[in-house]
Amino acid sequence: MPTDRIDIRHVARLARLALTDDEIATFGPQLGSLMTHVDALAKLDTENVAATAQVIPSRNVQREDAIRPETILPRDVALQNAPQVQGPYFRVPRIIAEEG
Amino acid sequence: MSSTLKDVDVSPELLEKYEAVIGIECHVELKTTSKMFCGCPNEFGGEPNTKVCPVCLALPGALPVPNAAAIEHMLRAGLAFGATIPPHSKFDRKNYFYPDMPKNYQISQYDMPLTQGGVVRYWLEDGTRGECRLTRIHLEEDTGKSTHASADGRLAGATSSLIDFNRAGVPLMECVGEPDLRSADEAVGFLETLARTFRELGVSDVKMEEGSLRCDANVSIRKRGATELGTKAEIKNMNSFRSVRRAIASEIARQIEVVESGGRVIQETRGWDEAAGVTHSQRSKEEAHDYRYFPDPDLVPIDVTADVVERVRATLVEAPYERYARYVDTLGLDSKRATQLVDDAPLAAWFDRAVAASGGKAQAVVAFVLGDLARLANESGTPLAAGKVTPEALAELVTLTSSNAINSKAAKQVVEALWNDGGSAKAIVEREGLAQVSDRGAVAAIVDEVLAANPKVVADYKAGKTNVMGFLTGAVMKASRGKANPALAQELLKEKLGSAG
Repeated sequence: MPTDRIDIRHVARLARLALTDDEIATFGPQLGSLMTHVDALAKLDTENVAATAQVIPSRNVQREDAIRPETILPRDVALQNAPQVQGPYFRVPRIIAEEG
Repeated sequence: MSSTLKDVDVSPELLEKYEAVIGIECHVELKTTSKMFCGCPNEFGGEPNTKVCPVCLALPGALPVPNAAAIEHMLRAGLAFGATIPPHSKFDRKNYFYPDMPKNYQISQYDMPLTQGGVVRYWLEDGTRGECRLTRIHLEEDTGKSTHASADGRLAGATSSLIDFNRAGVPLMECVGEPDLRSADEAVGFLETLARTFRELGVSDVKMEEGSLRCDANVSIRKRGATELGTKAEIKNMNSFRSVRRAIASEIARQIEVVESGGRVIQETRGWDEAAGVTHSQRSKEEAHDYRYFPDPDLVPIDVTADVVERVRATLVEAPYERYARYVDTLGLDSKRATQLVDDAPLAAWFDRAVAASGGKAQAVVAFVLGDLARLANESGTPLAAGKVTPEALAELVTLTSSNAINSKAAKQVVEALWNDGGSAKAIVEREGLAQVSDRGAVAAIVDEVLAANPKVVADYKAGKTNVMGFLTGAVMKASRGKANPALAQELLKEKLGSAG
């Protein structure tokens, strides 16, 4: 069964989604059926197709190392949509532990 | 090396029984004008959230464009350690949630880093040398900085955290070392060489106190002679080379104690507690390292041609390790002096010019450079290389002393004069009348005067009190106003006192 290939609870935890058992029962098979599309792609003969991570036929798009003052946001603008602000900072729920 | 473990409570016998295996991973902020993917300034500190734009704040629709200088820094860093530069590279997204990372992913490199392999050759203070292979160096972006909103800024008691995104998006290179290191000292030697090299290359300021170099260590132990690796613990939160040394030594001791008492080391992350001098277990959630990397669709691949690699390679100068090895192996300097020079690039360049001008008299040159000249530079606050003394003038002085044209006392005077006014050593010697008197007849005449003026001392000498020779030599030097050749003065004194010994 396609659903066996997705640990829906694990994926939900990684995405910080709290799913109910009912939702898991619904979304599990839906995500599983998406995998059948990948199976279809896997059947194609790609012998002569180079591996790629990007379909845009462009390479080495880079910029000069220079400051662009016109792009810098004034602090009040940077903070204006933050759910919580404290002084000059974004305020967020307390960080529990160190993360990589 | 057991010397680093002296404050750790494990017997030397146990330390002898086990071998530590250490691999270092370190993050180094690159020195660029702007951030990695946007035109915000890459500067330490500043008013919170004043160096931010839609890209580094991850506002919807903002698109990253890589900084060409950061990519070139990566190539320089890799090539300096003999890394391979693959022809194709790309950026990936490393997915995890953390409030100081606005996109909820970090742009990093997963399976196609800009540099692969390489070897870091390093040395320790005592002159021991070693090498540690690099797995890779890859390019990524830094996160913002969080502080905790409790009264004392600590996590405990805080109900919320405060985020400053000025650092978010600063180019960061991650250097991953192979587990080739065997002691805390070796780990520090490796890191110091990395830091020196990056500084010399100009790719980073490497200021640990400003967080531009941060490192983690993977530490495991095994019985000496074993070939299998033990279970490793990852040590984090080491903020200075000193804490790296202490943290690794302490962790090695902890693991030995665990194993000796019948337990087993578990794979986990441990934080270094500087004040307590121990590592503490941090959480080890299984999901913590499931980052679901995938290629970043916002960024196109990077191709690095052989021409580019050769152009960058051609800009490399002598690396700190090579310079150190040349000073010790070719010029015969001791490890400490060689290190002092290597750690001050302008001074080392000045030293090299002086050695060349002196015809290779490295020992005599280094004695002045790290002796009287270092003292004068220290006192005045002007570095030698920015002062009035030219390498050529010092070379001249070295020639004057080594040919006995002036004695060491006069040499000190010349050094002072050169420091204050510059110019040529020879001219100063002539102007001040400092030339050493090595003329046998002239010195003999002074010796005669001294002997005639000190009949009692002469009698003492003849009665066997040969230690008065020092007094007599001093008297001759004084009478010659410091200009007599001291060796000749002694020789003549002995001759005239009728003693060869």
